[in-house]
Amino acid sequence: MRSFAYLSAPDIDTALHAVSAEPNAKFLGGGTNLVDLMREEIEQPDTVIDITRLPLAEVAELPGGGVRVGALVRNSHLAAHPLIRERYPVLSQAILHGASGQLRNMATVGGNLLQRTRCVYFYDTASPCNKREPGAGCAAAEGFHRNTAVLGTSEHCLAAHPSDMCVALAALDAAVEVRSVRGVRRIPVTDFHRLPGATPHVESDLAPDELVTAVEIPPLRAAANSRYRKVRDRASYAFALVSVAAALEVEDGRVRTARLALGGVGTRPWRAREAERVLADAPATEEAFDRAAEAELAAAVGRPDNAFKIDLARRTVTAVLRRLLTTDGSTP
Amino acid sequence: MVEVRIRVNGVEEVLDVEPRVSLLDTLREHLGMTGTKKGCDQGACGACTVLADGERINSCLALAVQYDGRSITTIEGIDHPLQEAFVRHDGLQCGYCTPGQICSAIAMLDEHARGAPSAVTEPAATAAPELTGEEIRERMSGNLCRCGAYNGIAEAIAEVAAR
Repeated sequence: MRSFAYLSAPDIDTALHAVSAEPNAKFLGGGTNLVDLMREEIEQPDTVIDITRLPLAEVAELPGGGVRVGALVRNSHLAAHPLIRERYPVLSQAILHGASGQLRNMATVGGNLLQRTRCVYFYDTASPCNKREPGAGCAAAEGFHRNTAVLGTSEHCLAAHPSDMCVALAALDAAVEVRSVRGVRRIPVTDFHRLPGATPHVESDLAPDELVTAVEIPPLRAAANSRYRKVRDRASYAFALVSVAAALEVEDGRVRTARLALGGVGTRPWRAREAERVLADAPATEEAFDRAAEAELAAAVGRPDNAFKIDLARRTVTAVLRRLLTTDGSTP
Repeated sequence: MVEVRIRVNGVEEVLDVEPRVSLLDTLREHLGMTGTKKGCDQGACGACTVLADGERINSCLALAVQYDGRSITTIEGIDHPLQEAFVRHDGLQCGYCTPGQICSAIAMLDEHARGAPSAVTEPAATAAPELTGEEIRERMSGNLCRCGAYNGIAEAIAEVAAR
């Protein structure tokens, strides 16, 4: 790991002024991704601003039934929090399906939003990667790409977004609050991550001098009946091949509310709006669920090692939605 | 160099470290406490697991400077029934992952006792779920064992959990 200047920020203003004064600075939260990337010399900040002492570790109820989560809340604490387990079970489950007990104790909510891809060529500094080195080329297209995306890819990048938590946040229409010396703004989580296009190294809407301070999750009645399912190469402690976050509310046999997002298959946490459109007011049947999944995946582009994900995603979406129905075909 | 004060197994240690030095290297190379093992050094194996104020973490991904003022417990500071149970159930062959397994299992039992759910816990459950074999394996999935002593590890933990 290269040397760097270290600053432990005592308060938010100090952190924001420090980052605006230093062009090659990184905020350090739990370190589970950044420290690893620095050790591999993929990230080489001159200055590291430790934000773990900032007062951003609270989970609070919002008026109207939503929840505000501080950016430094640890993943394990959020997954176990009674408000999250009760109102947004899909979010608790998504977090618990990521990483390990040890990593979830370290990793923060803000860091999870900003974690970088696990595409093997992004990590392999001997191979070309447009995300790591703009213009270098993409080794994944002709190489090993089992764990890359089938939705939202470009000729420049196939890398899948690795987060489980973000898939649930996308389904829940969460918003990210970010702060800089220029002020505060809120970004819908579905706009926070960018498609790779011709600039796969630009991964989010966050400016270099902005700090993620919180995530706000709006109230959603259907979220009480929600689930996360993750399909992977081993039973636990592995990134997703395919994952599905879903919330479902059925009334008189028809879908009243359906929220759907996919992980493992998208270059960003993939909100399945096309599937939701098909599901709107459709009969709550397996056939309709399948049609919705198919509509979402119509745009998917498979390659030799990852084309299997398209059908796997379709079947997983259908299975998760079916699981959200009670035995009489309604929702609780 | 940055001065950090870390309590390690109850003893206050004052160290001058470079900011890039991991907690794992601080323990092993600066304090000579080699009980905590370096496996992958990238958060994928769990051999470096220690307790930070009672919570399990991967010390390879922790910078020592971030743990200034914190209390760390390593295998050298542990005297727990799990250790004897691991021996009796053959929960190891080479033993390299064992310090991390023991630290992880102690914190895992504590998490479970506090009612923390896991990925295999039924979402609607409000009380602590029964610590079945499936729950133990899921909750311990952050600790790999290349010898494949998982059956013994799971049995040792189940036995101690049932006491």
